[in-house]
Amino acid sequence: MPGRKKRGQQTVVFDTPPTITAWASVVGPKEGAGPWGRDFDAVMDDYIFGEKTWEIAEYKMLRNTIERALDKRNFRPDDAELLLAGDLLNQIVASNFAARDLAIPFLGLYGACSTMAESLTVGAMLMDGGYFERIVAAACSHHYTAERQYRFPTEQGVQKAQTAQWTATAAGAVLLEARGSGPYIKAATVGKVIDMGQTDASDMGSAMAGAAVHTIKTHLDDMALSGDYYDLIVTGDLGKVGSAIARQLFVREGIVSPNYSDCGVLLYDREQAVGSGGSGCGCSACMLCGPLLKKMRGGELRKLLLICTGALMSPITAFQGESIPGIAHAVAIELW
Amino acid sequence: MQSPEQKLIQIERQEYEDLASQFRPKPKLARNLLWAFVVGGLICTLGQWMVNLMVGRGVSLADASSAASCILIFLAALTTGLGYYNQLGQRAGAGSIVPITGFANAIVASALEFKREGYIFGVGARIFTVAGPTLVFGFVVAVLMGLIKVFLTS
Repeated sequence: MPGRKKRGQQTVVFDTPPTITAWASVVGPKEGAGPWGRDFDAVMDDYIFGEKTWEIAEYKMLRNTIERALDKRNFRPDDAELLLAGDLLNQIVASNFAARDLAIPFLGLYGACSTMAESLTVGAMLMDGGYFERIVAAACSHHYTAERQYRFPTEQGVQKAQTAQWTATAAGAVLLEARGSGPYIKAATVGKVIDMGQTDASDMGSAMAGAAVHTIKTHLDDMALSGDYYDLIVTGDLGKVGSAIARQLFVREGIVSPNYSDCGVLLYDREQAVGSGGSGCGCSACMLCGPLLKKMRGGELRKLLLICTGALMSPITAFQGESIPGIAHAVAIELW
Repeated sequence: MQSPEQKLIQIERQEYEDLASQFRPKPKLARNLLWAFVVGGLICTLGQWMVNLMVGRGVSLADASSAASCILIFLAALTTGLGYYNQLGQRAGAGSIVPITGFANAIVASALEFKREGYIFGVGARIFTVAGPTLVFGFVVAVLMGLIKVFLTS
């Protein structure tokens, strides 16, 4: 028997919707030089953030982002009851280390680049369930830590494929509160792992587009909504290739006139040489916690469906020739 | 034998691949080839120029070749460290990978990358991460060639 708050196949609707009372984003220099530079809370001067290693820079960036989000409500880290965060590194060390410094009770998440939607979904469920009143949901990625873990040494002179994407150096954090004013999380759809049989590790957009459209379709069906209900349906990091595929799949699936875009396409300017677009947990996290929520606060956007997309592979499975499964979680954010 | 379900998945994946392949930008073959030819050619010409210069001043051909290789390796290592070689590689592709400078780049890039994990488990253990296959298969081919030579000349 389905749960009382469950709607349709994969969606949950919140009885007392958690409110997004504050948010913050910190990005790297390249992201800051893009079209949304002024919408982020801070732009780092360089990728090392004054630290010894990129890994430390990444976790400091995440910690700083969470502190900024809490600070907007005059909270200290102690005031938060739970931190939900994840990143791309092995053993999600960036999140672990940030949680160590912040000393907030912590549940680490891994959903590859879908982590921001995953943390919002889990956070909203725990809050609507009545367990916590103040939750921080966050995600981050760093171009150079990801590059060295998943691809080549950073100074290696290799040619990147045109379908390849640029892992964003960015972090985003959202403060969810049981009471307060701001956009609220109305519903969330937990995605299935969908494998379209794609094997090219330098073409993640193709690997994830199937999962993204599956989750969008399921969400709209479960909620009995049409494609044009949302002011914006935005995927996390399908990039130019993946979002072009997604648009075709919308037609196939009968999703009518969605106002659709993709964070990976939006994050950078055309001239920034990022191949197919941005990617990484930070890509959707900083776009949500920067331009998108800002537009919601300003009333320009009233109904937003965020679908964060993740490619669930590792360098090992990629070398072993396994296909790349994709996942996508959807979060519906609306204004009262 | 494939079960009907497996067949269905296969058909679905093939349809998806047909759709996806329409949206992948084609590699810019002509431009890439031209870049590779020009950059690769320039690197080799530079090496040859150094050899000619040294031979012209009375250095033996064998010594001049070794010296030219050393200088090219040094230049590649330097430009890798300064962060230029990867930018060249993004345009030139094989043009900057195939010459000896590409090999130097692969080793220095790995050494730089893993230095933060220390000299033993970082640099020492992983310096050949990228260049290793070249060495392994270089040795294998050398042994095979040696064997062929032994059989042909005996």
